[in-house]
Amino acid sequence: MSAVTSSGTAVVTLPSDTQVRITRDFAAPKHLVYNAWTTPELIKRWWSGDRGEVTSIDVDLRVGGRWRYVMVANEGFEVGFHGEYREIVTNERLVSTEVYEGMPDAEAVDTTIFIEADGRTSVSILIEHSSKEHRDAHIDSGMELGLQEALDQLEQVAVSLSVP
Amino acid sequence: MARAATTTDAFNAVAELRRRQILDLLAAGERPVNDLVGLLDLAQPLVSKHLRVLREVGLVQVREVGRQRVYALDSRPLRPIHDWVRAFEQSWNERFDRLDVVLAELIEMADGDVSSDE
Repeated sequence: MSAVTSSGTAVVTLPSDTQVRITRDFAAPKHLVYNAWTTPELIKRWWSGDRGEVTSIDVDLRVGGRWRYVMVANEGFEVGFHGEYREIVTNERLVSTEVYEGMPDAEAVDTTIFIEADGRTSVSILIEHSSKEHRDAHIDSGMELGLQEALDQLEQVAVSLSVP
Repeated sequence: MARAATTTDAFNAVAELRRRQILDLLAAGERPVNDLVGLLDLAQPLVSKHLRVLREVGLVQVREVGRQRVYALDSRPLRPIHDWVRAFEQSWNERFDRLDVVLAELIEMADGDVSSDE
């Protein structure tokens, strides 16, 4: 199987006022995607993306078990998320709560589904917030970080221009 | 049941499933109301109500063709929504690009296991 790269193909949609859905295909069978999704040493390698370094991943993968992910963002501050597993169907489906620790009152419910076809796996994450305000704040957080990255790049450009 | 302020901007207009279905249908080309009624399997007054909301925010335009009213998509008001979610989408793209690397390694390891069994 040739590894077709899917870089940059995540799709974010807003199915309702309180929901966000993220979908993406991966060039791997679903048991491997599920592994990478639920194994702490593997989560560590991808979860923070380009935003920072993962400092701690706790996964107690059973119904009622807790999870907590922490990263130090490039800007130096710590960002933590935690929640509890509500439903686990190995290689198929995960339902958990999610709390951004910077906004502890806003608990969301995440439903992640893994569907395999022809050796590729489609992952769909549906994030259900308790209010439109919390949903919007969640998306705004991406906006702020995106803006931050843009500003960082601008700074690099500015620095390179100032070198004689 | 009255719902306040659903028509104020494109964000609210596309928060409704039926209205998104209408936009999906119109994305393939303009259509008369009757077409939409048939395709959506909805009562005509309901379809007209949704079309009115979409028109008020500028997402659809209407023109008279003979006795028919033909609706067409105008996607420009969707731009702010696109811009809004794009940064969020970008952060997930970065995350998933790294996951691709992890998965490629897992596949390689799995292939290695299979060949060593042979």
